[in-house]
Amino acid sequence: MSEEQIDQTESRDAAHWAAPVSKLEVSDVPSGAVSLNVEGRHVVGPLQGFGQLWQKTYRVRLTDVEVTPEDVVGLLKQNLPEYMPDNSRFYPSVTGVEPGEVVLINATLPGIPGGIATGVMVLYSDDESFTLMCPEGHPESGWNTFSAYEEDGATIAQIQSLARANDPIFEFGFRFMGGAKQQEKIWNSVLARITEHYGVVAQVETRKSLVDNRIQWSQAKNVWYNAALRSMINLPIRMTRRVFKRGSSA
Amino acid sequence: MTEAKVTMDVRSASDSASVIDINGEITSFAENTLMDAYTKATSGGAKVIILNFEGLEYMNSGGIGLLVTMLIRANRQEQTLLAYGLTEHYQQIFELTRLNEAIKIFDNEAEALASVNGAS
Repeated sequence: MSEEQIDQTESRDAAHWAAPVSKLEVSDVPSGAVSLNVEGRHVVGPLQGFGQLWQKTYRVRLTDVEVTPEDVVGLLKQNLPEYMPDNSRFYPSVTGVEPGEVVLINATLPGIPGGIATGVMVLYSDDESFTLMCPEGHPESGWNTFSAYEEDGATIAQIQSLARANDPIFEFGFRFMGGAKQQEKIWNSVLARITEHYGVVAQVETRKSLVDNRIQWSQAKNVWYNAALRSMINLPIRMTRRVFKRGSSA
Repeated sequence: MTEAKVTMDVRSASDSASVIDINGEITSFAENTLMDAYTKATSGGAKVIILNFEGLEYMNSGGIGLLVTMLIRANRQEQTLLAYGLTEHYQQIFELTRLNEAIKIFDNEAEALASVNGAS
């Protein structure tokens, strides 16, 4: 392969991938969002976490409607914050769902007062898919891919996660505190919003596959960055700041 | 479903190592092709699978996901995955997704094979 060919090859997908980063940076904080547990964190993939590795695929078939995969992914990129349920708010940067951008997440978790502040990085984004990768301290280590494709004359909208719990506390939460169910509800709800938009009545199909049933005990140390614990510890500081802010603006 | 735009040829490089020559695109649609190649590569008892990426033309995040699941499968069987022929761009993607922490990357096949022979 000549050098020219290699350059051409690289340019085909290079623009879709995030540039290499050693640590995440939050450039601007959207109004109403809490930015915690993202700035300065490394991203973590399916190999770095603690718990069992699951691949979960949620898909819905958009029948009897003229819509392309590009339309569906464009819609999702545009409306992701609105399509997320109230217990899991997404705050993309002003740039939107673009490679390398950070999407802040403020969510509620059972038993966590004040909720959890975290985020994800847009690892990959093209016209037919985008992938969000987790940082250290996030409940999961891995990524979620939102995509659409044609199958047997219809467009399929799909969300697929390949991730494991980041640390022992989150593993416990996913297994025994309803965390996994809550997560499944979130992605079902997002796909349901897409069907609503197109006026399609369709059932979301879910397929779960245990890719690796082993626990990675060497990663138990990830608990140091646990975003739920850090959000909880930070809660009094945030509340105090809010009180002073109100006082100074009165 | 969109068809895979990739071919994977499997060849034996030594008693303990097989090479998978990848030509084309690695996306989620390449799952069957990749897993078939993996099965063929390990059917003779090879403990090291070397992925040759010299012919890689395109890879998206779905493709990286496939490599992760293949790696886990290999680890379960106590097999090792190695890689060579990655352009600088794809090496950066391996680093970004931290796949390089589990799949050792070499410049060429000779170096990958030397590492296998050196370890045995």
